Amino acid sequence: MSKSERPNQLFRNLNAKVASIPMILTALVIFVGGSAWTVLYSFTNSKLLPRLNFVGLDQYYRLWSTPRWLISIENLLVYGVLSLVFSLVIGFMLAALLDQKIRFEDTFRTIFLYPFALSFIVTGLVWQWLLNPEFGIQGVVRGLGWESFNFDPLYNSSIVIYGILIAALWQGTGLIMCLMLAGLRGIDEDIWKAARVDGIPMWKTYLFIIIPMMRPVFITALVIIAAGIVKVYDLVVAQTSGGPGIASEVPAKYVYDYMFFAQNLGQGFAASTMMLLSVVVVIVPWAYLEFGGKKRV
Amino acid sequence: MSDHAVSLPAATGAIRLEASGPRGPKPRHVFSRRNIFLYGTLIVVALYYLLPLYVMVVTSLKGMPEIRLGNIFSPPLEITFEPWVKAWSSACTGLNCDGLSRGFWNSVRITIPSVILSIAIASVNGYALANWRFKGADTFFVILIVGAFIPYQVMIYPIVIILREIGLYGSLSGLVIVHSIFGMPILTLLFRNYFSSMPEELFRAARVDGAGFWGIYFRIMLPMSLPIFVVAIILQVTGIWNDFLFGVVYTRPDTYPMTVQLNNIVNSVQGVKEYNVNMAATILTGLVPLVVYFISGKLFVRGIAAGAVKG
Repeated sequence: MSKSERPNQLFRNLNAKVASIPMILTALVIFVGGSAWTVLYSFTNSKLLPRLNFVGLDQYYRLWSTPRWLISIENLLVYGVLSLVFSLVIGFMLAALLDQKIRFEDTFRTIFLYPFALSFIVTGLVWQWLLNPEFGIQGVVRGLGWESFNFDPLYNSSIVIYGILIAALWQGTGLIMCLMLAGLRGIDEDIWKAARVDGIPMWKTYLFIIIPMMRPVFITALVIIAAGIVKVYDLVVAQTSGGPGIASEVPAKYVYDYMFFAQNLGQGFAASTMMLLSVVVVIVPWAYLEFGGKKRV
Repeated sequence: MSDHAVSLPAATGAIRLEASGPRGPKPRHVFSRRNIFLYGTLIVVALYYLLPLYVMVVTSLKGMPEIRLGNIFSPPLEITFEPWVKAWSSACTGLNCDGLSRGFWNSVRITIPSVILSIAIASVNGYALANWRFKGADTFFVILIVGAFIPYQVMIYPIVIILREIGLYGSLSGLVIVHSIFGMPILTLLFRNYFSSMPEELFRAARVDGAGFWGIYFRIMLPMSLPIFVVAIILQVTGIWNDFLFGVVYTRPDTYPMTVQLNNIVNSVQGVKEYNVNMAATILTGLVPLVVYFISGKLFVRGIAAGAVKG
């Protein structure tokens, strides 16, 4: 590609450079600059306005001794692990079902994917209504005669995070299913024929042959789900506003509330830096695997 | 020559006729155990996915007395469109009682310029990255892609400061800029991949004919890449319409997008909860992306697949 533009390269590419200014600005000013700024100010005691008054790791000590943050982290871990596992399992199973050369495949796929088009706010509000203890699923089952039936995740602080998980899975599994389906379609038909000739049962073929072959798809899905987990915010705001009490708080909400309501910017910056750190922990091994893998081939 | 050309389709037709005997897999019984399990599972799951939509619609068509007495799954005894009218034109957020219509028009005024601006920037970026690579371009691109994974919370406040400095904090144009910034990584990737997959001879031929950077972009790349533009539009319209975080951070109550206003209406603590109005408002907010989704069909799937798998 670069062969054709050897003469006068600097001058000839001027247009491309000018056209790339928004990208360069975004990359340097917002992504690098903004992140560095936030990390830097997380070491200050900024309250209402950002001030460069360094206090070392104070904000982090305070952060990790605040019950609300600890609950947020615990919720994020529970929600994260479960949504990762369930999204992958449900997504793959739905894709495998759709891959059986069934009729009305498009219809089914459209139905499984439509929640993905809806916003988290809409998703959260619908499920808030469905899980309403008085009128929702619990009310309906009780009305049928099972008086002691209990299903009120949004009003029970020990299980509220599962109520949010239900909504999140309803919204997001369709996307994972689509990724998995694309992966399944990319697998050579001959593999299936060979497995059938050898008399390997279908579930074994999936488990030991197909899934290992779909490793890149699983990694992509994993990264997408993981990136979404850390960002989870709107869903909680819409469904429970963090309640009951502070039982369903998440880190992203902690950041927002401390920056814009509690007027404690330093805490918000420290919390968002922790979020950044958690993403780095996920991304770096993935990047290493991806790029390491490409070099080997 | 012409004789040959005419006889060719006829010959293939004959072959096709001969080969139309027993071919393909063995026909299966419609009600085999496998089919019952397969379709049974799929239908149950499909009903589960459809349930919330059904409940939303049904609830929004009932009156409040009926909701209090009845079952959320039962169809409405008396269909009323009152909740829809109220949700659109007179539901209250705080002291404002002009309904969701304000949020809807705000969202329209946010979404249209954001989609145009973000796609214009990203397509030119992608084109420069695919065909006019300059030294360092790939570095910026990698930063951009890695940046897509940084939680927005990390960059929210610096952007508040920047927007305040240039006097756009709280305005719709400020939000448009924010959407263009955060749409850039995925869109640039999408366009870069698409333009790189186009035959390079095209680009070379245009260069030989003397076309420059913008000439090639507008006269060759743009007309040839309409599908990817449609995919990008679908991606951006749904993404920007559904955004909540940026809306709540970068706008003021009178410029709130629809999602923010919806959340304020439904989760307001004052007053009696009107579940039917809430559900009507929720459907109204979800309607735009749903319409986009159902119209675009396979393109939507291709969009998210392209955006996700190739990443």
